[in-house]
Amino acid sequence: MQTTTKRRRIKDLNFWEKIYVPEIIKGLSLTLRTMFKPKFTMEYPEVRFDPSGSYRGRPVLVQEENGVERCVACGLCSRVCPALAIEVQAAETELEKERYPVKFEINMLRCIFCGFCEEVCPEEAIVMSKDYELAFTNREEAIYGKDKLLIPVGKLQDRIDFLRQYK
Amino acid sequence: MSILEIVIVTLIKVVVVVGTMLVTVAYLVYFERKVSAWAQNRIGPNRVGWKGTLQPFADLFKLVLKEDIVPDNADRKIHALAPVIALLVALSTYAVIPFGPDLQIGNYNIPLLVADVNIGVLFILALTSLGVYALTLAGWSSGSKYSLLGGIRSSAQMISYEVSMGFSVAGVLLLSESLRPVAIVESQSGWMWNAIVQPIGFITFLVSAFAETNRLPFDLPEAEPELVGGFHTEYSSTKFAGFFLAEYANMIISSAFIVTLYLGGWQIPYIGKIGLSPLLETLLCFGAFLFKMALLLFFFLWVRWSLPRFRYDQLMNLGWKVMFPLSLINIIWVAALIMIFGM
Repeated sequence: MQTTTKRRRIKDLNFWEKIYVPEIIKGLSLTLRTMFKPKFTMEYPEVRFDPSGSYRGRPVLVQEENGVERCVACGLCSRVCPALAIEVQAAETELEKERYPVKFEINMLRCIFCGFCEEVCPEEAIVMSKDYELAFTNREEAIYGKDKLLIPVGKLQDRIDFLRQYK
Repeated sequence: MSILEIVIVTLIKVVVVVGTMLVTVAYLVYFERKVSAWAQNRIGPNRVGWKGTLQPFADLFKLVLKEDIVPDNADRKIHALAPVIALLVALSTYAVIPFGPDLQIGNYNIPLLVADVNIGVLFILALTSLGVYALTLAGWSSGSKYSLLGGIRSSAQMISYEVSMGFSVAGVLLLSESLRPVAIVESQSGWMWNAIVQPIGFITFLVSAFAETNRLPFDLPEAEPELVGGFHTEYSSTKFAGFFLAEYANMIISSAFIVTLYLGGWQIPYIGKIGLSPLLETLLCFGAFLFKMALLLFFFLWVRWSLPRFRYDQLMNLGWKVMFPLSLINIIWVAALIMIFGM
């Protein structure tokens, strides 16, 4: 003969839990308390989210203080880009760095914000910015050229500090 | 009063009641969204009008502008009829609920309810039961599996909850010895509210009211996750707005009905002893009725955003094995009170 012993399982409810009402009151009081807590909502157009240095917004080119980009048009970013979003055309220059990009385009419809371009860049010339407000009305507009990509180094200091600390 | 005066006064009351009803429905939707937001640490609608107060009208406007889609398989006539039934039932039930004591203006003595019917409680129970036809017909005529399941659920749910609801009301009727809503309110003078005298009946009626209005935790006919909207899956535009309106109107009726049956209606305990002027007293009582109703409506919203939905078999279990015996116990309790204390 097999004896069946009734063991108490964790999911078995006790008497007070079985009559529902006290548990319901507990749940109700929880939501009532929540109603008076501060709200998390950020009212977007008026209040804007200010990300920290670790935020990966749209990739931009670093512009030195003398107005020249750091990029030497090695094409590594273009090579590593998994979404094939970057197109670089190199040319020679009289400056010390000898090469510069004549054309540097990022198709923001293709970009997946992975940050590989930034990771692979030997010159720290392409970094992810804090800019997350990207909206276009047609496909041509979504291809960002050098005019939109060049950002003065001062505005990117947060990200550059972050990269030097962790990369 | 002459016949003409009676007709005019009644018409005014009808217009006022339906008007306030529709405005309350609109703002109930607004507060539903606000309460849901607060319960989830959000702010809620605040863009349309001051603090979002015009939001319900924007919602309604959007719904009316939408394309009205009827599925190919649908039974077109019944499909169109269902939301009409829902609205008709929701708006006509309010006629018999008293929202204040008699109002004295000059020589006129105006009772603050549209129709003082002797069988008011029966009328409300009958009409709200008719309301389930709207859901079942909507589910059946849509020609969609999900809708059909929703419709079937609503009728099964109605059968299991109407029983305990009826028995809970029987407890009230035993004490008031009348089916007239006004008499029921007057029988609860002082602190002799039925919610205090028969707490079990109050709880069973409250739970049944939730089931009757298809509100969470008993919104099985809608059940968004499993039935993608249930009976109103195939409804859009104005017809959907009809169901939407009816649901909230039903909530208002349920809370008004609960206030009438269990929370002393418009009565404020011992207000007669303060010695206010009759007009002020009437207005205060009217305010008390609205206040009690508002509290109950908040409770409806509050529960919706706190409790999860019951599973179908759990609902049936609760209805037949818990609520039904409890409502019977309540009748015995009330009968014993009458026997012993002769109340």
